[in-house]
Amino acid sequence: MENKNDILNIGGHEFTSRFILGSGKYDPELIDAAVKHAGAQIITLALRRVNSFNGNILEHIPEGVTLLPNTSGARNAEEAVKIARLARELGCGSFIKIEVIHDSKYLLPDNYETAKACELLAKDGFIPLPYMYPDLNAARDMVNAGAAAIMPLAAPIGTNRGLATREFIRILIEEIDLPIIVDAGIGKPSQACEAMEMGAAAIMANTAIATAGNVIQMAEAFGNAVKAGRMAYLAGTGRVLDKASASSPLTGFLSE
Amino acid sequence: MLKINGETAEAVGVTVEAHLKENGYSTDRVAVMVNGEILPKSDYAAYKFADGDEVDIVGFVGGG
Repeated sequence: MENKNDILNIGGHEFTSRFILGSGKYDPELIDAAVKHAGAQIITLALRRVNSFNGNILEHIPEGVTLLPNTSGARNAEEAVKIARLARELGCGSFIKIEVIHDSKYLLPDNYETAKACELLAKDGFIPLPYMYPDLNAARDMVNAGAAAIMPLAAPIGTNRGLATREFIRILIEEIDLPIIVDAGIGKPSQACEAMEMGAAAIMANTAIATAGNVIQMAEAFGNAVKAGRMAYLAGTGRVLDKASASSPLTGFLSE
Repeated sequence: MLKINGETAEAVGVTVEAHLKENGYSTDRVAVMVNGEILPKSDYAAYKFADGDEVDIVGFVGGG
């Protein structure tokens, strides 16, 4: 049961899917099917030097899917802005995932430079989605800088370690009045589902799918998990008790 | 001599448009940066590579 009225609004653009698919590290030939099986409406891309014989990834992305280029490779705000502008030259819209990283071991984002880039890009007409370490003060800086959504990391990029920053993402969900899109580190559909149950607005995953035994099947599993988690959040999860509470009636036993 | 995507190229005087075409690029699928500045698509036909230019031809690839 899909709820067409449950809209995710990012910078004035509306989506019914809450799963964002990455396109890195797997055969581009699988992208079309992965997008469709996951029900994804947004896909991330990177910008790099290309040769004409590289082939073109855009040919594998189904019509109507929103492109979310990232600024990976940027080490500071200035480089992020340049990459964003180059992405815009490619004529694929105004969405930009701001990614500023200069730590090669854990690939942790630089929240300060990210906020600076966010401000410059928002003023330049982009719809910025900053990828950040889930820090409340920095997230507030992103809001003030014009972010359209916040993309906190669950665990370091590509690790599949799951919701390591759970408690801090929970605080962002509570305090920040923008969609919180959990990005990076989500390794399994169950973890995506948990983040959605907590009230995350959406999930982005790449490595979990790229490194799965079956890419397309895992994309579908993520799509389903995100839907399940969202539905559970909307339904309101049940209470937690320390002691048992019988589910069956405590009257009318046969021995009475 | 100039550099295109980090590699030495003998293309002084060649327009960006001619270079892209000759090398099988589709102009609407790439963006071009010359000496760190984005070259607008409207300049591809007129801009000729100059000696010492550092040129980047970029496009979308898979990524998270």
